[in-house]
Amino acid sequence: MFSSRKLSLLLGAGMIAAAGAFASAAEPGHFGYGQKATPEQIAGWDIDARGDDGAGLPPGKGTVERGTEVFADQCAACHGTFGEGEGRYPKLVGGAGTLKNDRPELTVGSYWPFAPTLFDYINRAMPMPAPHTLSADDVYALTAYILNLNDLVPSEFVADRDSLPKVKMPNRDHFIWTDPRPDTTAKPCMNACTDAASVKINSTAEGNGLTPRTTGPLDTMQPK
Amino acid sequence: MQPNPWRSIPPLSKPAGRRGFLKLGAALTGGLALGARPGLAEPQPASPPADPPWSQSLGPGVVDRPYGRPADFEAGVIRRNVPWLTAGTESSISFSPLQDLHGIITPNGLFFERHHAGRPDIDPDQHRLMIHGLVERPLILTMKDIVRFPSVSRIHFIECPANGGMEWRAAQINSLQFNHGMISCAEWTGVRLSTLLEEVGLKKEAKWVLVEGADGAHMNRSLPLDKCLDDCLVVYAQNGEALRPEQGYPLRLVVPGWEGNVNIKWLRRIKLGDKPWYSREETSKYTDLMPDGTSRGFTWLIDAKSVITFPCPEKPLTGPGLYEIRGLAWTGNGKVKRVDVSTDGGVNWQTAQLHEPVLSKALTKFTLPWQWDGRPTLLQSRVIDESGYVQPTIAELRKQRGTNSVYHNNSIQTWQVKPDGSVFDVQLA
Repeated sequence: MFSSRKLSLLLGAGMIAAAGAFASAAEPGHFGYGQKATPEQIAGWDIDARGDDGAGLPPGKGTVERGTEVFADQCAACHGTFGEGEGRYPKLVGGAGTLKNDRPELTVGSYWPFAPTLFDYINRAMPMPAPHTLSADDVYALTAYILNLNDLVPSEFVADRDSLPKVKMPNRDHFIWTDPRPDTTAKPCMNACTDAASVKINSTAEGNGLTPRTTGPLDTMQPK
Repeated sequence: MQPNPWRSIPPLSKPAGRRGFLKLGAALTGGLALGARPGLAEPQPASPPADPPWSQSLGPGVVDRPYGRPADFEAGVIRRNVPWLTAGTESSISFSPLQDLHGIITPNGLFFERHHAGRPDIDPDQHRLMIHGLVERPLILTMKDIVRFPSVSRIHFIECPANGGMEWRAAQINSLQFNHGMISCAEWTGVRLSTLLEEVGLKKEAKWVLVEGADGAHMNRSLPLDKCLDDCLVVYAQNGEALRPEQGYPLRLVVPGWEGNVNIKWLRRIKLGDKPWYSREETSKYTDLMPDGTSRGFTWLIDAKSVITFPCPEKPLTGPGLYEIRGLAWTGNGKVKRVDVSTDGGVNWQTAQLHEPVLSKALTKFTLPWQWDGRPTLLQSRVIDESGYVQPTIAELRKQRGTNSVYHNNSIQTWQVKPDGSVFDVQLA
């Protein structure tokens, strides 16, 4: 481990030898490697939009109507025309009120806590074969359309950097952002820890046909 | 000197499993007969007293395989996926073949994969790491710049929090590889993230760190600054060679002891901020839905977990007699302190031997000599980590979290051994 004092001395000596080798000369206590990131360079990669307050959302806007068109072109093949999902690609709508159910349905409408996150995710990761290729206006339009499909905004809604953070998502207040674990308190008992007669198998994976093979070539099994 | 644990095992009361061995012999003969291809000459005898053909011929020379590869006979030892689990392979997972691995280091070609938008193939000369946001000197580093910083090497596991996620409701998958193979462990070499953050200089409002990949998902997570300054590494090497593309070539983050997806691969951007970003990968995904409808977010820690890797469904027993039960244990909390093994479904436990090295936030190997009498058996292992945390049963976890939380199933695995030596994934009431 370098102490900062030793590091300064080392770098001081090194800098004499290396003077002029770097566009940005090292200050004492710094290595001086690399280049200063310019505002233009940062702007190209600084794509994040923060979920809870929308900080970082870009200029631009999009309507539900425009979103309908973009969605049909760019998204419907996997997510279905109305966000119902095709095959095992994610459903984007529905599931309201199901989070306590035995089989909950987690969608943008039922689960996502923050609307700006939807802009951020579409912008950075969608459409899957060509991510980060849509204009900001089109990403806003898709965001508006998907929120509208979930009945969270009216059909005249226009998504932009001001309107999105104000959309109250139904599940917003149901996240706990502090990890409550450890939430189990097992003790390391060594002998007669349970009644031997009570040890019963209540489920087995034997013969249920869900396990791909683990020898030979890769399996291509699909659910029956 | 340590007492030899094998000597303390009482022998079986009757001659051990002669019938079992006879049966095994028959099975092997049958297997050979099936394996022999018609039309080929009778294979030359290779066992004593015969001198095998490879001992009576000249082999290929050096650089016949300039990089090298496993023996052809190991062709089945590969990462595998569950095709029905995901819509495609681009946003999916593959599992390490733990049943065929030995020790605590995962070979680079067998390290489990989790991609969110497929595997980018990145030219290292064109790769850049940008560090900006609430910093004094926003910086762009090339790979050459990064390698020049003081380097460290550390052995750490990475585990996807969805490891075991298919088993919340019931025993479903009869396999060690598919139930536990979303974990791997490597020696990582790179620069401390703290070194890079000191280099750019943090503004005092900086509390959170956005880390982002250069893949098509622009995969991103928020990390608290304290963890980044503690033990995170920005690495370019894995087990002594450059990272594999599947593991983030040319650069990835390693966040020791925390869930796999925060160990951002193809790392290209680090941004300092005052709050978390609540990205899709930390709201819609990688959050844990509880039975009361609330969800836990930012559950980064990998709790202590262990699993018996032999025997297992892929590696059954071959008749009564002496065996070495083998397994792996790990914890995001630091070091493994103890592993206990039960051969009766958790009624009684024996402490297993831990094998050196026992490293913080790394896989730890354990073994226990065992005399199998050929009767039905329920095998379990249970780890206790240095924080005192004890690995729970699936019933204990379900009591707290129900069955819909997907992630962080670190429960005790039960293997059912049948009298014929076959092994099945089961859960106990």
